[in-house]
Amino acid sequence: MLPLVGTIYFQSLMALIAVLLIMRVIYLMRQFWLQSLSRQHSIVDQINALLPQTQCGRCGHLGCRPYAKAISLGERINKCPPGGDETITNLSLLLNEHRHSLDPAHGEVLQRAVVVIREDECIGCTKCIQACPVDAILGGPKLMHTVIESECTACDLCIEPCPVDCIDLIQLGEPELLWRAPEAGKTTLIGSNL
Amino acid sequence: MRLFRNMFANSKLRKMAGVQSIAHSTPGGITPHLHKSRSLRSKIMAIPIPPHLLIPLQQQQGTASAACVKAGDRVLKYQKIADATDSTSLDIYAPSSGVVSMIQNHTTINPAEKEQLCIFIDTDGKDEELAEIDAIEWQTLTREELLPVIRNAGICGMGGAGFPLPKKMETSSNREIHTLIVNAAECEPFITADQALIRERSEAVIQGAEILQYAINAKHCVIAIERSKGDAIAALSKSISHSSVEIVILDDKYPAGGERQVIQAVSGKELQANKLPADAGIHLQNVGSVYAVYRAVAESKPCISRITTLTGEALQTPKNFEALIGTPVSFLFDLCGIDKKNHAKTVVGGSLMGIELMDTSAPVMQSSNCLIAGSLAEFPDTIPEQPCIRCGFCAEACPAGLLPQQLLSYSRSEDAQQLEDHGLFDCIECGACSYVCPSKIPLVQYYRNSKEQLALSQEVFDTSKGWQARFQDHQYRIKKLKDEAEPRTAIKPANIPSAEEKPQGTFSKDQAILDVAAAVSRVKARRKNVIASSESPAKPIQADGEAET
Ligand code: SF4
Ligand code: SF4
Ligand code: SF4
Ligand code: SF4
Ligand code: SF4
Repeated sequence: MLPLVGTIYFQSLMALIAVLLIMRVIYLMRQFWLQSLSRQHSIVDQINALLPQTQCGRCGHLGCRPYAKAISLGERINKCPPGGDETITNLSLLLNEHRHSLDPAHGEVLQRAVVVIREDECIGCTKCIQACPVDAILGGPKLMHTVIESECTACDLCIEPCPVDCIDLIQLGEPELLWRAPEAGKTTLIGSNL
Repeated sequence: MRLFRNMFANSKLRKMAGVQSIAHSTPGGITPHLHKSRSLRSKIMAIPIPPHLLIPLQQQQGTASAACVKAGDRVLKYQKIADATDSTSLDIYAPSSGVVSMIQNHTTINPAEKEQLCIFIDTDGKDEELAEIDAIEWQTLTREELLPVIRNAGICGMGGAGFPLPKKMETSSNREIHTLIVNAAECEPFITADQALIRERSEAVIQGAEILQYAINAKHCVIAIERSKGDAIAALSKSISHSSVEIVILDDKYPAGGERQVIQAVSGKELQANKLPADAGIHLQNVGSVYAVYRAVAESKPCISRITTLTGEALQTPKNFEALIGTPVSFLFDLCGIDKKNHAKTVVGGSLMGIELMDTSAPVMQSSNCLIAGSLAEFPDTIPEQPCIRCGFCAEACPAGLLPQQLLSYSRSEDAQQLEDHGLFDCIECGACSYVCPSKIPLVQYYRNSKEQLALSQEVFDTSKGWQARFQDHQYRIKKLKDEAEPRTAIKPANIPSAEEKPQGTFSKDQAILDVAAAVSRVKARRKNVIASSESPAKPIQADGEAET
């Protein structure tokens, strides 16, 4: 066996194995790099995921994603009234920015709401359909229009264009929970107190 | 040693009668005082018909049913009064004959004291039935014929959680089920409804189990019951002599009857947190529901009643009732001779998982297994919770192997990620941790609240995802419309139908001439551009493109 070590055949075999190994390592590193790339969302997506997606344009942009893009380019994070303080907190945590309170120039904090068309008053002018950023209104020219409640973001963009003012914004209030957190003197669950 | 004990116990029980086996042990658990003997003294009573029935349109987890009668209609017993709207809602049948007086909101049994739509029936006392339907010989039916019979009987799980049976059957029939476990373990203090049912109607229960086993095509069928229920085990042993159903004896502890606990005790394997019993090839059903299945199939009677335990120190004669669904709780209390002075709290369910009921005019529902009129001695007033002293008792008691004290602190700080990592969704809300807590912290209430909050924020997240998608679709649509509309606006500014609307194949001469003229002028304009700029022809085209967008 020993004399074989010196031969050119053995050396070239070793070289071949070394080259293959190196190629393999490079391939694995590239894979890893690609994976980490795909795992990393763009910062605009990350910001966008924290915005409420109401698409109301109160922030001065066409919708939530354009605002996310603007934030990534350095715009203030306190311009979204539907998101309120919660969104500002989340954004400040993500971007490590100072937590300003909501900019009053863009409106006040908004609660959950939904929009309803008083259907018998609608004249079918389709103005509201053109204004809705999420296509949540159904209707046709000279026909009654109605809002698909589950798709309406309550951005209230459709209210102003309506020539007969037959669209109402209805506040929904806080969602009702079946189980409250325990408060002093009021527990719903008995077992805990036996 | 343990093995020896088990073998001994096994042989002793086997001698008693029937085929029995001892279950595997499960972690955690507590042994509270059971308070069961008082309500087991007498037999199950059929109740007189109450003057008014109020039947909630939603008695189970899922969606409400749609009423198919209206105020003023006369209904007969077993007549359908509400239709199921989807697979998680149930058909509802009239429990007795009478006139529908109204359909409106009324307090029902739920933790938030929410009002719910109920059908009110003024009963006439005649209890007139719908024309008698012949009992079916279920052995002659095929599985496909049997399933709808069970589905239409309007049964939901009677163990307390109230999961709709049709939905459960649907899940199970889509999978390979090898074992049907009938859950007769009633481990919670005060409740004796299942025990009373088995002890008096074990034949029907066994038949119900066989029907269900046939319907879901399970190879084995076992009944799981705790060791302490000697009378029920004896009754079962007598009835199973002609059937393949087996009895499995569980340890006496709380919670022996939890879904996951029973499965672990019977199969020896722990069910993974995110798995359904059906994923492991097991269908678990409470014995009350099994009895209802028997009634639905063998007697052709939809579910209109359930066995309910009435107990508590404020009742003079605690007992089990076969109560019509929709009977007001106060009516049942009066029948048992309620001592108003002694009555401090009304609890629905057992003392560990039950909820307090403020308004006793609420009706009995399919999931109401126990109604307690408790005295102050039984249910003392809540004392304010003390700080957690990290004693770890709760972790020892937890049957799901969680760390309740950690969950508590995350629940207080609303840390969603940590709550999920520490298995909040594995918590079966049994209340064992609260029971042992020396600081009297209502732990379960924190968990239930957190679970609901998390579910809610997930929902908000999902809807906002939906909005985002719709917004993108909208923008895409607008852009597409614009792109399509632009070249035409140059020719004929107003009233141009979009590409889809434009009738294909109809040829108009004038339009064609216009089209051709427009095309020619466009080409001319472009050529002029090219010549004027005297550059490479790529540039003007590019400029053109930019102008368009
Ligand atoms: S104000 Fe908020 S919700 Fe409205 S478009 Fe801007 S980011 Fe979206
Ligand atoms: S219906 Fe009105 S309020 Fe609702 S999303 Fe559309 S434009 Fe906004
Ligand atoms: S804008 Fe007002 S009137 Fe016009 S279609 Fe919409 S709801 Fe009807
Ligand atoms: S309620 Fe949840 S945390 Fe508490 S003991 Fe039961 S399973 Fe464990
Ligand atoms: S039993 Fe109560 S006091 Fe003890 S560790 Fe658990 S929560 Fe804390």
